[in-house]
Amino acid sequence: MIKKLLLASVLVPAAVLASGPELHLDKAPVSNDPAALQHGAKLFVNYCLNCHGASYVRYNRLTEIGLSTDAIKDNLMFTAEKVGEQMTIAMRPAEAKAWFGAAPPDLSVIARSRASEFGSGADWLYTYLRTFYRDPARPTGWNNVIFENVGMPHILYELQGEQVAKISEKDDGHGGKAKEITLELAKPGKLSKDEYDKAVGDLVSYLVWMGEPVADKRKAIGKVVLAALAGLFVLSFALKKNYWKDIH
Amino acid sequence: MTTKAEAVINWIDERFPLTASIKGHLTEYYAPKNFNFWYFFGSLALMVLVIQIVTGIFLVMHYKPDASLNAAGVPVAFASVEYIMRDVPGGWLIRYMHSTGASAFFIVVYLHMFRGLLYGSYRKPRELIWIFGVLIFLALMAEAFMGYLLPWGQMSFWGAQVIVNLFSAIPVIGPDLSLVIRGDYVVSDATLNRFFSFHVIAVPLVLIGLVAAHIVALHEVGSNNPDGVEIKKKKDANGIPLDGIPFHPYYTVKDIVGVVAFLFVFTAIVFFAPEGGGYFLEFNNFIPADPLKTPPHIAPVWYFTPFYSVLRAVTYPLFGIDAKFWGVVAMGAAVVIIAFLPWLDRSPVKSIRYKGPLFKAILAVFVVAFVILGYLGVLPPTPGRTLVSQICSVIYFGFFLLMPWYSKMDQCKPEPERVNFK
Repeated sequence: MIKKLLLASVLVPAAVLASGPELHLDKAPVSNDPAALQHGAKLFVNYCLNCHGASYVRYNRLTEIGLSTDAIKDNLMFTAEKVGEQMTIAMRPAEAKAWFGAAPPDLSVIARSRASEFGSGADWLYTYLRTFYRDPARPTGWNNVIFENVGMPHILYELQGEQVAKISEKDDGHGGKAKEITLELAKPGKLSKDEYDKAVGDLVSYLVWMGEPVADKRKAIGKVVLAALAGLFVLSFALKKNYWKDIH
Repeated sequence: MTTKAEAVINWIDERFPLTASIKGHLTEYYAPKNFNFWYFFGSLALMVLVIQIVTGIFLVMHYKPDASLNAAGVPVAFASVEYIMRDVPGGWLIRYMHSTGASAFFIVVYLHMFRGLLYGSYRKPRELIWIFGVLIFLALMAEAFMGYLLPWGQMSFWGAQVIVNLFSAIPVIGPDLSLVIRGDYVVSDATLNRFFSFHVIAVPLVLIGLVAAHIVALHEVGSNNPDGVEIKKKKDANGIPLDGIPFHPYYTVKDIVGVVAFLFVFTAIVFFAPEGGGYFLEFNNFIPADPLKTPPHIAPVWYFTPFYSVLRAVTYPLFGIDAKFWGVVAMGAAVVIIAFLPWLDRSPVKSIRYKGPLFKAILAVFVVAFVILGYLGVLPPTPGRTLVSQICSVIYFGFFLLMPWYSKMDQCKPEPERVNFK
């Protein structure tokens, strides 16, 4: 009886589920290899950190991905004076809003905020940065498959090249029509498709790292804490058993 | 001949009931010896309260309840949370303990309340313990709701906006009432600061007072147990219950086992999955609050969703008043009705062990309905989901309102004279 009802509780919601537009995301190749993170940091500083800030992140935090303070100062700090400064930008939020329609968001925790039931934040970013296409109807000349009418132009186009979209309608399986967009590379960029995917993967890995720089340390400490608690459990259980042996 | 330590204790005892309190609440408080797994959650709730208070004290040292934008265009409150996560040594751990602790609090409290349902812990003479408990639950909901605004993310902001707007549905006083709660026409810096004040001072004071009253009342009448029989009915020559054992050391050493097991699960979440799959820390809340950008789907945190579903299930206007108002009434009633359990249950026995098949079946249906309501509360509404939540809401209220009849009709087994203990 109870088991059947519990089963029903699992099945009923499944039947009433399914609504809203579905998002198909590609799985991001997230890595915590220092070389990938450093490459990602380089791309981030060169391409993103002009319109987007990362105002909670200090430059010297990059020592945690294997960079020396001098390497950070010489190669990555274009606008800051001291290595303890935060990754801020010169553009003021009010100006940004006037120019882009919406101020470009701070990217410190972007990888955490973009997670959804369709995939991780990394998956979203990885898909987003690879699905820009030419759209003359947009003020920037660019549009995006998973972020329709986005205010951001394709900032990495010199690397990826220019994609064009073939838009078709297909049955969405619920009696309606769904827009289907297929992309084709019309003008190649500096990188091949595989090289570009790898570069975006590194950039996304960096964004994930930046979203929570303490993540690796957190998991390492967690293992020690859990081991200690497991030991404590054995001791506390033995203590309880010993005290309770005369209770009948 | 008294030692120095004894002399100090004597000195205190002449002025304050120290030894008497330790005896009354620990070493000579006789608890039934047959507590099972379900009886861990009371002490665990107390421990989570301590975790929340201690981590909260440290968070307040760096958190800033300020909705104005900093030079980078980010609200100061939101940025201060990220400052705690990145620049304050150990800040990330304190913050994750606090955010995970909020969800853990509701998990242990829901299980603690369910224990009461299973073994009839609310029955005479424990009605007042139960009422204090329901008040603690209410205070906890207020505490969690106001605390959730503080990180000043999108879900913080819009969740607060939705809930405070509910009060505006109350006829006549509604609009002014919601204005008083917000301190402004929209959720703003004024709201953030008053919620901060309530979250760190007012509600915790009330909570601690209620928890003290809950425990004092419990120790006055004594604990119930899985058999639902009163151990005070059978005493030995010294007036000690035959089935009772001193709380200390027996239940202190036992509760330590529970605490360690709980901490194992708790720290596993804190260190390996602090976002709780988007349920403990919602993904949207990593976007700073933006009054101009309404998220397409505003979901309350998981622990509110069963009651939120009850609210959304009410879709009919009545007596010329908006359905939203009746939804608020239903949601409030869903919480308050729990307090009436001691008078709704007319069963001759307390514990589910001796109750009949009818109660067991209805309790099972009730639990399933509650879980479905919780699940639906996370999702955006559709006509199908609304229908399911309406059915589940009827079951929820039916469980309480029909209890006087089905609890009496049920075929119960006789209660034993003494508790079962193997």
